[in-house]
Amino acid sequence: MNRLQASGFRLQATGYINCLLVACGLWLAACGYCFAQPISSTELINNAKFYDGKTVVYEGEVIGDIMVRGDYAWINVNDGNSAIGIWINTSLIKDIAYKGSYKSKGDWIEVTGTLQRACPVHGGDLDIHALAIKKISLGRNIGERLIPVKKNQVIILAVILCLVWILKLLKRK
Amino acid sequence: MILKPRLQDLKIIGFYLGKIILGLAFTMLVPIICGIAFRETNPALDFVIGLEISLLFGLILVTLCSTEKDLNWMQGMIVVSLSWLAAMVLGAIPLYLSGHWKSYLDTCFDAMSGFATTGLTLAQDLDHLSYTHNLWRHLIMFIGGQGIVIVALSFFVKGASGAFKMYVGEARDERILPNVIHTSRFIWLVSMVYLILGTTALGIVGTLNGMQPVNAFFHGACIFMAAFDTGGFTPQSQNILYYHSLPFEIVTITIMILGAINFKLHYHLWTGKRREIFRDIETVTLFLTVMATFVITAAGLTQLGTYQKATVLFRKGFYQLVSGHTGTGYMTIYARQFINEWNHLALVGVICAMAFGGAVCSTTGAIKMLRIGIIFKALLEDIKRIILPERAIVVQKFHHIKEVFLEDKQVRAALLITLAYIILYALGALVGMFFGYPFLDSLFESTSAAANVGLSCGITSVGMPTALKLTYIFQMWAGRLEFMSIFTLIGFFVAAVKGR
Repeated sequence: MNRLQASGFRLQATGYINCLLVACGLWLAACGYCFAQPISSTELINNAKFYDGKTVVYEGEVIGDIMVRGDYAWINVNDGNSAIGIWINTSLIKDIAYKGSYKSKGDWIEVTGTLQRACPVHGGDLDIHALAIKKISLGRNIGERLIPVKKNQVIILAVILCLVWILKLLKRK
Repeated sequence: MILKPRLQDLKIIGFYLGKIILGLAFTMLVPIICGIAFRETNPALDFVIGLEISLLFGLILVTLCSTEKDLNWMQGMIVVSLSWLAAMVLGAIPLYLSGHWKSYLDTCFDAMSGFATTGLTLAQDLDHLSYTHNLWRHLIMFIGGQGIVIVALSFFVKGASGAFKMYVGEARDERILPNVIHTSRFIWLVSMVYLILGTTALGIVGTLNGMQPVNAFFHGACIFMAAFDTGGFTPQSQNILYYHSLPFEIVTITIMILGAINFKLHYHLWTGKRREIFRDIETVTLFLTVMATFVITAAGLTQLGTYQKATVLFRKGFYQLVSGHTGTGYMTIYARQFINEWNHLALVGVICAMAFGGAVCSTTGAIKMLRIGIIFKALLEDIKRIILPERAIVVQKFHHIKEVFLEDKQVRAALLITLAYIILYALGALVGMFFGYPFLDSLFESTSAAANVGLSCGITSVGMPTALKLTYIFQMWAGRLEFMSIFTLIGFFVAAVKGR
């Protein structure tokens, strides 16, 4: 068998595998084991029994710390209602640039993974074991500008406070 | 005949209230320093505004009501109950200015929840809240846990001989040291030592768990303040679930238990009398009630089969239970999971635990262990009286720091307060049901609010009716102060209207 024939077989085999994967995906979707549309955290938490062990798509903002634990890491993703913990391979989190906090808006990501209602590996937590993630939008730093109204309020109140204090001193005399 | 309060009464109340407000105002310097350190300008300004308004109110009261006279019992109780309301209204100002609360009422709800060490929250988008505001949320738990009046007594009301009346009004009827100001300072000493140890432990665990060191130690300090003072706020919206860490749960559970122990017992432990912990009626009762309620909860969880492995069942069940029993309210599950994935039996176990609470002279709310122990001893005494010959003399004793003979007046006092708490739990449950929430959900949330716990089954939300928010605020206030100062305040208003 020459090199050309071998590469032809490889291409054919890859094609079969791809077809098989697509077919499996369609079958899983048809059986209700996989949900192609993003599901809200409220829906996942309220109907955790239904989604338990199934592949779900969940999207939201990465918030707080990325907590690396060996080859895996915990990220918490908030869709605006609640945050859910995602157990993810560290190789998948390299693209995450921003994490939501007071000073930054975190990356908005889409996570495809298996929902665990009471994860036996993680002490019964409701979590998602990620299979893949996709960055939907990049986060950004939130620059803080001094709000003039607040500054004015501080000054006015300081003046009133001084007046009251002077009155107090005068009353004592 | 009811006597109408005199102007002198109002002046004395106003003067001491002003002093406590001044004390509270100065505590806002801590978040201001934090804001400067983290370069959070607008949040720091929120606290400068809060500080100025509080100082203004305090100064006006102290100036207008200036007096040399000392407090009597009625005035002391009223000062305490009004101080907590003033703390709620003034402490809410910087939080409201952050824009993370939808209305001032919601902010007041969180401020009362913080001061009363409850932990129920209506904050929006908590994950983007500044360090400065987050520190304040947890600091008010630390202040409220020790007692707002204790803060003032320790640092601002030096030498006031009426101090003891305010100290008692804040639901602390036990003096650790002969002088009440020394007692207040001892409580602060204990808390500060544990604060350093607890923050260090949580900071190290957080760092090892993969958190940024600054974040880990900041969270450590916040979590410690809320856990030791059995509060229940956390810097992130997921509560303790955010950390995904068994060591973190172990450390927090230890801190919660330390917070639920009587400060008097802490004193004896510090002075080397470690055997006290095994003999005291409160620790014995705490151990027994934790075991009993855990058996109920575990039986419920086993029936449902949500947690397949025994270790997982123990970790989830025991954590929520101890959190409820100590009045902390830390959660490692989502609020709705209580309703969707825990059955009625498990919920009843947690509700009972919340209703019992921790030790007297601790930072917990609810009925408390000493009263449960006394009621149980009284029951034993009555059973003995029935069983033993009529001529036998039945004497019941219990060990609380020293050997104490059980007397009818102790039993009466314990039963009265227990009854008041049961009525308070029922009141909130009734209001909840009035607004259409199921019985068990309403009872759960009501008990959590009145016992200053903070566990939630999902009722507490921005969308809940205003009347229910007000009910929970009242429950948190009344539950924290253990009724007497609130009854006195109500009596004062009645006297002002009907008195001669």
